[in-house]
Amino acid sequence: MKETGRLLYLKGVATLRLDQEACIGCGMCLTVCPQEVFAFAPGKKVRIIEQDACMECGACMMNCPVEALWVQSGVGCAQAVFNTMLGRSSEACCSLKDKPGGGSCC
Amino acid sequence: MIGKILTPVGPVPQVATVLAGRDRWGALRVRLGLGRMQYTVEPGLYAVGAPQEDSPVLVTANYKLSFDHLRTALAGQDAWVLVLDTNGINVWCAAGKGTFGTAALCAQVAASRVAQLVRHRRLVVPQLGASGIAAHAVKQQSGFAVVYGPVMARHLPEFLACGMQATQAMRRKNFSLSERAVLVPVELAIACKWALPLSALLYGASGLFGPASFWENVRAHGGGWTMAGLWSGVVAGTVLTPLLLPVLPGRAFSLKGGAAGLMAALAFLSVFFPRSGVSGNALTALAWLLLIPAIASFLGMEFTGASPYTSLSGVKKEMRLAVPLQVAAALCGLFLLVWARRLQ
Repeated sequence: MKETGRLLYLKGVATLRLDQEACIGCGMCLTVCPQEVFAFAPGKKVRIIEQDACMECGACMMNCPVEALWVQSGVGCAQAVFNTMLGRSSEACCSLKDKPGGGSCC
Repeated sequence: MIGKILTPVGPVPQVATVLAGRDRWGALRVRLGLGRMQYTVEPGLYAVGAPQEDSPVLVTANYKLSFDHLRTALAGQDAWVLVLDTNGINVWCAAGKGTFGTAALCAQVAASRVAQLVRHRRLVVPQLGASGIAAHAVKQQSGFAVVYGPVMARHLPEFLACGMQATQAMRRKNFSLSERAVLVPVELAIACKWALPLSALLYGASGLFGPASFWENVRAHGGGWTMAGLWSGVVAGTVLTPLLLPVLPGRAFSLKGGAAGLMAALAFLSVFFPRSGVSGNALTALAWLLLIPAIASFLGMEFTGASPYTSLSGVKKEMRLAVPLQVAAALCGLFLLVWARRLQ
């Protein structure tokens, strides 16, 4: 089967924000992003080239040394949303309120 | 484990880079969803080959499938492997939960006394662990610099040979047909947890209610068709949706699942219509046209958890619309199915 280009999820929902003023152009976000959301921009800065490809994993925010990136990070998993709504946390599967050390399913 | 190597900090277990039959059997089992939560290795420091003080230190999670991927990728290399305690969860999910995180990494670096074994101060962390690790904080707290390795362990030899440089392709997480196909058994196994008991319940009920013997009652109620309909939905959601993901219409997984379900429903009806002698055919057909896509849409939506490109904001958005529709379609379908039975 022919693989179509890249898989993109819903348009215009990713919460990723870049403060280009604060950016020092270290390129750490380009290294950690598994979806090629970023590219270098003129003036030793980074820019967002594919906002819709962002899966909100939070790797860029975690690794930005100057806090120029912000994203409401979380797992894009319907079961985790259900688990959170049902008040299940940690013992069975992922939940959005998981604390480090909790159990899991994924 | 193939032995131990003696080091200044004590004996370090040495692991093979070739999987034993037992490892392959274990991998097969977890791919089928059996004992997936208890497939762990002991956290700590391991040796691959005969690592020296210049050998790289590679970090991973204590899910045995992750650990096995890493050690087989290191055939012919000398390296130290530092395994964090992630409760048997893979790197990506554990990073999302924070168990594969800065604190756990720094603690394991200290506990393993790896600083006494190597001259350099570099840790190779899988790129997909980056959502739990702050490289600059690790440097501050442990003195070790984090170098993000490739997404896939199998690219490690090339990465190491190139002086720890990853190509752009190594940094990109794809979701190829084979990567999706390998997830099908576990998706199916998870769905079976409710679909099998439900099947047994429906089958049993259709046999017990009625004047004739069990099997005649099942036939009279169209129990076989009920099974076929239910499982068409399950297969559409857990097999067709993952396999056909890029070609199914829309971006939302509930929509893709629904489309796969519609295909399955049409296939089901093409067999059902000519062969079923029962009256109320049209109503039953309409019922399955609602039920099969509803089941497939729900299961397709569940596949967001296994995909490497869905965001939480997106999942919440599609769920707000899709879940009420799925429930409505399922309820209407059930109502029609019962009504069709009444007419007979």
